[in-house]
Amino acid sequence: MRLREIAHARTGDKGNVSNISVIAYRVEDYPRIAAAVTAERVRGCFPGLTIGEIVRYELPGLGAINFVLYGALGGGVTRSLALDAHGKCLGASVLDLEIAET
Amino acid sequence: MTTIRIGAGAGFSGDRIEPAVDLAERGELDFLVFECLAERTIALAQLARIDDPAKGYDPLLARRLSSVLPACRRGGVRIVTNMGAANPLAAADLAGRLARRLGLTGLRIAAVTGDDVVDAVRGGAWRVEETGQPVAALGDALISANAYLGAGPIVAALDQGADIVITGRVADPALFLAPAIHSFGWAMDDWRRLGCGTLAGHLLECSAQITGGYFADPGYKDPPDLARLGFPIGEIDADGGLAITKLAGTGGEVTEHTCKEQLLYEVHDPSAYLQPDVVADFSGVSIVPDGRDRVRISGGSGRPRSGLLKVSLGLLDGWIGEGQISYAGPGAVERGRLAARIVEERLELLGIACEERRAELIGVDAILGPAAAAPVPREVRMRFAGRTETAAAAAAIGAEVEALYLCGPSGGGGVSRSTRRIVAMVSTLIPEDLAAPQIHMTEV
Repeated sequence: MRLREIAHARTGDKGNVSNISVIAYRVEDYPRIAAAVTAERVRGCFPGLTIGEIVRYELPGLGAINFVLYGALGGGVTRSLALDAHGKCLGASVLDLEIAET
Repeated sequence: MTTIRIGAGAGFSGDRIEPAVDLAERGELDFLVFECLAERTIALAQLARIDDPAKGYDPLLARRLSSVLPACRRGGVRIVTNMGAANPLAAADLAGRLARRLGLTGLRIAAVTGDDVVDAVRGGAWRVEETGQPVAALGDALISANAYLGAGPIVAALDQGADIVITGRVADPALFLAPAIHSFGWAMDDWRRLGCGTLAGHLLECSAQITGGYFADPGYKDPPDLARLGFPIGEIDADGGLAITKLAGTGGEVTEHTCKEQLLYEVHDPSAYLQPDVVADFSGVSIVPDGRDRVRISGGSGRPRSGLLKVSLGLLDGWIGEGQISYAGPGAVERGRLAARIVEERLELLGIACEERRAELIGVDAILGPAAAAPVPREVRMRFAGRTETAAAAAAIGAEVEALYLCGPSGGGGVSRSTRRIVAMVSTLIPEDLAAPQIHMTEV
C-alpha cells in the first residue's frame, strides 16, 4: 500500500534547503514507517531533481520523521527559476512510496 | 497574570485580513501579533525605501492596523508586528496618524530599530554561508543586511507600556516569545521557558497553517470551511505550558495533526532550533488533543544561545524573464517541446545570453523534473524561464514566447510573460553585540 494511507506530510523551505516531515496518522504505525522510509527512498521519489545531502531526524514520540534536503531548491526561493521555487509541492510525492501492508 | 492569550493576525504579507478582525473583536486576547516579513520581503522593502525614503514598510500596514485598532483599543489588546520592514520609524508614524484618524488617543506606539546592520557588515570579513566568501566580496551588489533581532527590544517596549510595537527584522518566534517574557517576567537565561515560548511562537507564526490551512488533502484530510478559516490563539502559562485553539464558528480545525505538521515546518534539527535568544529543543514535545479545536502542547526545552545573530543579506543578482504558452489536444506535448526548442534557438540567434535557463511543460515535468514514464496529458503549458544580466535580455525571453502566436507550432494560446528583478538572499552570522537595537516611543 501507499504511505499516503497511513501518513501525512508537510514541506518547508529555508534558503536552498527543503524539509519534508512525514507524520503517522496513528502513532502505532510509526515503527514500520520509520523502517520503510529511509533517506535513500526519499531521494528516489525525486529522480528528476538535483538534491544534495538528505538528513533524517526521527521523532518517535510524535510518530514523525523530518527529512532535510540540502541544495534542493535551485539556489533558493529568491533566485530559483523553478515554477515552485519554494518546493512546497515536493512532500506529496513522498506519500506515493509503496510500503508493506503489515 | 497566570495565562496570556496571543492571537496570530497574519502569517505572511499577503495573508487574509478578516481573521485578525475576528480575533480582535471576539478573541479575548492580550496580544495580537502580525508576522508579515518573509526572507526576501525586507530586501524588496529596502529597494522601495531607496526609491522613496518615506516608504519601505509593509504595503498592507495601514489596512491591517486600521481594521483591528478600534477593537484592540476597546479590549486592551496590544499589537506586535514586524510590518515596519525596512522602515519601522515611518511605519510607527503612519500607525500614529491612523490612530488619530480613528479618534483613538492615549496610544503608545514603539518602533524598534537596529536590525539594519548594512554599514557594520559591508566590507567585513564575515563569511557568507552559501558561498564561503567574505561579505566584502559582495561589493556593490549588497543592498541590505538585516540581523534577526531577538525578543529583548520588544520586551523593553512592552515594559515601557507600548500598545503597538512595530519592528523590522526580528526572529519570527520572538514576536510571540516577547509578550510571554514581558507578562511573566521570565529571565533571559531561563532556557527552558525561553524554549517553550519559542515553541509557541514557531507554532503560531504562520497563522492558518496550524488551523487547517496548507493541510487539506481531500479524502484523507478534510478540514471544513477553508474560505472562513479562523486564525490561531495560543494560551501560554507562566511555566511555558501552551494550548492552541481558535474561535468557535470559524473554519478549519486545530488537531494534533495540524499541530505536528506545523511543529516541523521549516525546522531542520528538531533538537536545535537556532534563535537569537535561545537554542530551542522541540525533540521532546508532546501534543495532546484537549477538546474540539484545542490541543495542549508541552515538553519544549532550550539551551544557551550561541551569541551569534543570523543576518540576511540582500543582493542584486540580475533579472528573470519568463514566458508561457498553452497547447491542447493530440500532440500537445510534442508541440510544447517544439515551442521550447524554437525559443531556445531564437535566443541564440538574437545573442541573448542566459546565465541559467529552463524550458518545461507544466503538467508534465515543471515541478518534479523529467520522468521515465508519465501519462499523456490533454493539455500542457510550455514555460520558458531564464536568468539574465539585463532587464532587456529578460524581456526578450517573454517576447520570444509571445511571438510563438504567429511563428510557433499550431494551436498555441494564452501567452503570459513577465520580467522581474532578482534580489537574492544569502546569510551570514555576526556577534550579537554588533547590532544595537533601539526603541523609539511616541504617544498619540
